[in-house]
Amino acid sequence: MSAPVIPGDAANDTRDGTDAAPIGRRLAERRFLYIEVRSWPQILAPSLLGIALLALWEGTVWLRGIPHYILPSPLTIVTTLWRDWGSLAPSLLITLEITYAALASAVATAIVLAMLFTQWGWLEKAFLPYAVVLQVTPIVAIAPLIIIWVNDTNLSLLICAWLVAFFPILSNSILGLRSVDHNLLDLFEIYHASHLQTLVWLKIPAALPSFLAGLRISAGLSLIGAVVAEFVAGTGGTASGLAYRILEASYQINIPRMFASLLLIALFGIANYLLVSWLTQLLLGRWHESAVNRER
Amino acid sequence: MTGPATGNIVGSVTGALAGSGPLVSITHVSKLFANGTLAIQDADITVFPGEFLSILGPSGCGKSTLLRLIAGLGSPSTGTIDWGQRDASGRGRVIGFVFQEPTLMPWATAIANVATPLRLKGANKNEALERARDMLHRVGLGGFVSAYPRELSGGMRMRVSIARALVTEPQILLMDEPFAALDEITRNRLNDDLLALWLRQRFTTVFVTHSVFESVYLSQRIIVMAARPGRTFADLKVGSAHPRDPQFRTSAEYAGLCRTASEALRGAIAA
Repeated sequence: MSAPVIPGDAANDTRDGTDAAPIGRRLAERRFLYIEVRSWPQILAPSLLGIALLALWEGTVWLRGIPHYILPSPLTIVTTLWRDWGSLAPSLLITLEITYAALASAVATAIVLAMLFTQWGWLEKAFLPYAVVLQVTPIVAIAPLIIIWVNDTNLSLLICAWLVAFFPILSNSILGLRSVDHNLLDLFEIYHASHLQTLVWLKIPAALPSFLAGLRISAGLSLIGAVVAEFVAGTGGTASGLAYRILEASYQINIPRMFASLLLIALFGIANYLLVSWLTQLLLGRWHESAVNRER
Repeated sequence: MTGPATGNIVGSVTGALAGSGPLVSITHVSKLFANGTLAIQDADITVFPGEFLSILGPSGCGKSTLLRLIAGLGSPSTGTIDWGQRDASGRGRVIGFVFQEPTLMPWATAIANVATPLRLKGANKNEALERARDMLHRVGLGGFVSAYPRELSGGMRMRVSIARALVTEPQILLMDEPFAALDEITRNRLNDDLLALWLRQRFTTVFVTHSVFESVYLSQRIIVMAARPGRTFADLKVGSAHPRDPQFRTSAEYAGLCRTASEALRGAIAA
């Protein structure tokens, strides 16, 4: 239940009611190459598996002589990525911009709506069914309409990505704001706390774990939304994202370039996920059960 | 169903304590919840300044509800809770409340939790932290100022909760079965420490419990409540002088007082 580095009540047994033993200093964690020693297995295991699979892939392609327009070898993909970086990098930047613009607007709108919904229950009753409708309708089905209605391609992509990213944050934030300890709410009432004080000091920190759980889902979904919408839009030009690069390469049967674009999307997705994990650790690390390290 | 029988089994208390006039007078208070439960019926309790009063009763006797009404969380269906001339609006009234659970904010350190009531009143941050630090020292947690609640044991969390309730120097400290979830060793130690704090500072305390032994050990006066519907049944004076130490727990006087209180409680359950 409590961290074992700190003595329990037994250490607090001082009959005069004065100070107990001070908090134990956290054991210095041993590190290798700046990473904690005990974290190395969870880094090495997937890395070694990945290297083994890539070697198998590379070997199979070479031994069987599979042509690169069917399945390019990993080395071919990396060289293509290197060679085409000049044209792929701007596309990556556009996908990145759309993803984060969509995520940021999803966070902003979802937080505001969650606060309004928890403040006034009737608002939630009125609006939530429509939010659910937007959530359950597949984005590929709505995307063509949005692309027709909105002239600016990038704006229409942003709206599509926002649509998929919005709901997880909304529903999780509502859950978080609703699950504030009732006794703490009573305590704030006893101290005549204002609405704003209760919101800032109590409700927002209490909702943070749920909000971050929503953000983790939405960060991935906003990238998926941005890519899917661009596939549907299918519009070319210089200012297009990675999804169009994949379409383009498939028309040209340039399979290595397809894989290179795919690799970029995957790497970006991973970076995105790590960013949210880091943020979660930063905000919850010391107090929330989901984020703290437990020693045994 | 019998009416509220307010019998003075041991003797009248109003003589010694009433000198300065009551702090709170609860008169004919009833509480009917929306679902039709009559939680409290016609309760009468007078709380005198500086006294340690326990409310003892079986579960479901409305003792927690009564405490919440005193705290201003909800209002009685009928009857009055009168704070005398102290203030009419209720905003100036300073109340400390300790729940059955420690009810700490898990994202805040012990000192930040204790400082919260002061900060909510608009106190300067450094001053609030200074007073919180001092209060944590007084409850024996001077070495755990920057620990998070999850890093503390159950007893220590409860100490933080008590420090938070006392940091505002309340007119009245309301405690709702605060030690019910703790083991007996921790509970006894917290009882002693609470009494020591009370002797030093003499804050008025209303302590809700279902433990006869705890109520006798701590209080100067015990209100026994009967259940379904909750009502005041008896008003017992605990004549033994403070300070009380662990030896008091094994004394014949304590045993006798516990027997009297147990009989009153049995009477309340049968009523």
